[in-house]
Amino acid sequence: MANSIKVRATLKGDVTEVKALMNHPMETGLRKDKETGEVIPAHFIQEVVCKWQDKEVINALWSGGVSKNPYIAFKFTGAAKGDTIQLAWTDNKGESDSAEAEIK
Amino acid sequence: MIDAKRRILLKGSLAAGAVGIAAGAGLLTPRAVLAAWPESAFAAKSVDDALEGLLGTSSHEVSDSIKIKAPDIAENGAVVPVTVESDVDGIDSISVLAAGNQTPLIASFNLGAGALGFVSTRIKMAKTAEVIAVVKAGDKIFSASKEVKVTIGGCGG
Repeated sequence: MANSIKVRATLKGDVTEVKALMNHPMETGLRKDKETGEVIPAHFIQEVVCKWQDKEVINALWSGGVSKNPYIAFKFTGAAKGDTIQLAWTDNKGESDSAEAEIK
Repeated sequence: MIDAKRRILLKGSLAAGAVGIAAGAGLLTPRAVLAAWPESAFAAKSVDDALEGLLGTSSHEVSDSIKIKAPDIAENGAVVPVTVESDVDGIDSISVLAAGNQTPLIASFNLGAGALGFVSTRIKMAKTAEVIAVVKAGDKIFSASKEVKVTIGGCGG
């Protein structure tokens, strides 16, 4: 599941805005396969964590109610241009991925 | 001869037992990874139960300092963009719920130091319903809601 994250961070004034897109099926576990009628097992991101200078900026807990290929955006203060942020997700099967971005 | 067969049978059942244990352990690990994920809140079938599981209480005060940006009409319930902004001081978390979904709690964003009261994501909505944003700041819980009309639900199949 490498490179499943696209993340971008931009600094405007003293506010850093982080936007990220992840590739993930986000199956709720409630949907049924149209042909076989079998329930498609749940497979969704449970946690998204963004860190800046080893501090947690945001920690998002998700359910399968977040859309497929999820999008997240948030803002924080204190960072400078050239700093890096790390964004990582973990899903209900224990799979995970992470990415880094330089604040521009 | 009989004894030999019995040995084989025993070996076979022992091996099967070991596989069973391994599979069981494998299934349990992902749960252990995320101890912080509030399963009861996410599995709750009503908004009140979800809030109870997440924040320990379902009481919240409607506040106009929370703004929800979401479409009035969502043609596709599978992808409904929702942005929550709030200028309440000292926000701990922002949670997003869709009242009409089978399990209303969609996401809860815990804000760290320096994070502003702003989160944006895309959610699934089963049907026309209120989108509820709940902001926890210290021991205060505020909320705001906005109705989104959904033409095609995004949770069924």
